[in-house]
Amino acid sequence: MTKKGFTSALDMPDVPMGKLPDHLEVQRTRVVCKADAPINTEGIQYSGAYATMGIDNSTPLERFTKNFKVEVIRLTEDEMEFDMIGIDAAIANAFRRILISEVPTMAIEKVFMVDNTSPIVDEVLAHRLGLIPLDADPRLFEYMSEHDVANERNTIVFKLHVSCKKGSERLTVKSDQLEWLPDGSKLHEVAPCFPGEQQKTYTSFSGSQMEVSKRPLGVMHKDITIARLGPGQTIELEAHAVKGIGKVHAKWSPVATAWYRMLPEVVFLKEIKGEEAVQLVDKCKQGVFDIEDLGSGKRRAVVKNPRACTLCRECLRGVSEEPVELRRVRDHFIFTIESSAAVPPEVLFTEAVKILEEKCERVISELS
Amino acid sequence: MEHGSLTDESSSTFSVIDEDHTLANSVRFVLNQDPRVSFCGYSIPHPSDNNVNIRVQTTGDSAKDVLKDALHDLVAMCQHVRSTFDTSVTDFKATQPTKKMEVDK
Repeated sequence: MTKKGFTSALDMPDVPMGKLPDHLEVQRTRVVCKADAPINTEGIQYSGAYATMGIDNSTPLERFTKNFKVEVIRLTEDEMEFDMIGIDAAIANAFRRILISEVPTMAIEKVFMVDNTSPIVDEVLAHRLGLIPLDADPRLFEYMSEHDVANERNTIVFKLHVSCKKGSERLTVKSDQLEWLPDGSKLHEVAPCFPGEQQKTYTSFSGSQMEVSKRPLGVMHKDITIARLGPGQTIELEAHAVKGIGKVHAKWSPVATAWYRMLPEVVFLKEIKGEEAVQLVDKCKQGVFDIEDLGSGKRRAVVKNPRACTLCRECLRGVSEEPVELRRVRDHFIFTIESSAAVPPEVLFTEAVKILEEKCERVISELS
Repeated sequence: MEHGSLTDESSSTFSVIDEDHTLANSVRFVLNQDPRVSFCGYSIPHPSDNNVNIRVQTTGDSAKDVLKDALHDLVAMCQHVRSTFDTSVTDFKATQPTKKMEVDK
């Protein structure tokens, strides 16, 4: 539809039909980080955003399943780094939030003090004990509520009994001195009335906890300092650990932390040659740029390792005309998970995805 | 809990208890991708109460059905993420050189 002297932008000869023009494609798929702040951060999610141009912005399930990729970069028993390509920030953030606050672990909750003459007060000692990561797989245990009886399926019992003899040096109480009691609590709740009566303790274990756990339980790191005792001081206590989630208290968070960043992309706005190129390579301390020899003494700057870009913006500082554009790819996430629990990081991520599925199922059942 | 009109089923607000940004933002994203949706959004009325209000307005279909479809899609996406992730981890572990054993750990 052309009026005289008026051409629609879509009819221009160099606009590609059926796909977005370049500047709109950058707006849809990249976050541009300018010298002062990033722009285009919100993302065009609405399925009909480009309907007037005849382009469908929706991502139906088939397209998602075809394009989604995961690449593992590094995997040890404590931490992992992997790339998720083709997913949106909303879901990547949901995984991160669930990893931090809703994946369950075991941590000490109740501490029964028998004797504490150390310089650390009872409540501070109990707080410190709660923060110690335990080597127990939370998937083998059940949650315990207020009315439940403490048994071998929902409680792990530890004992700590250390004293520093009079005349000896100061003693440091380390976490490996926490002793696991597989048969339950040894503290008696009430004094026995009759000589032969069964003692009632604080837990009711019907069997050894080895059957639940299949391997000895303990702490993850043996060298955490719990307290320091001077001569003549004692700590005698029993600690009960239960299953919980990070939302209630951070001691139950299974990750030291989990974070993601978007894949950086560095694009040259103009060609950088010669002396400027050497300066640019020097400016970037992360090694993003490199010199390419064009022959006959000419040198050009190229992008060698965009993934290393930490957005320090040194390359943009102090120049009047920006030589490069720093961008982030909107659907490519570099996830790092550092596990501080007994569960390895890849299992933590799988549990987090399962928890998101359970949340959806719960809402679906509420709606029906 | 759905707050809507009895005569017009295409727009309503769903008030979900015990949820926060984690689920609401993901559902909002999946809803946006559905071509039947003309408007969707979520709000948290007060951060201390664990409630979230999800608003869905469609081009004619029942809002409840569209939300249920979006949730089913989200579940399917999660399952796909899980299986792709598991395959990648198994492949990565297979290509790793055998680590030296720590015998006296």
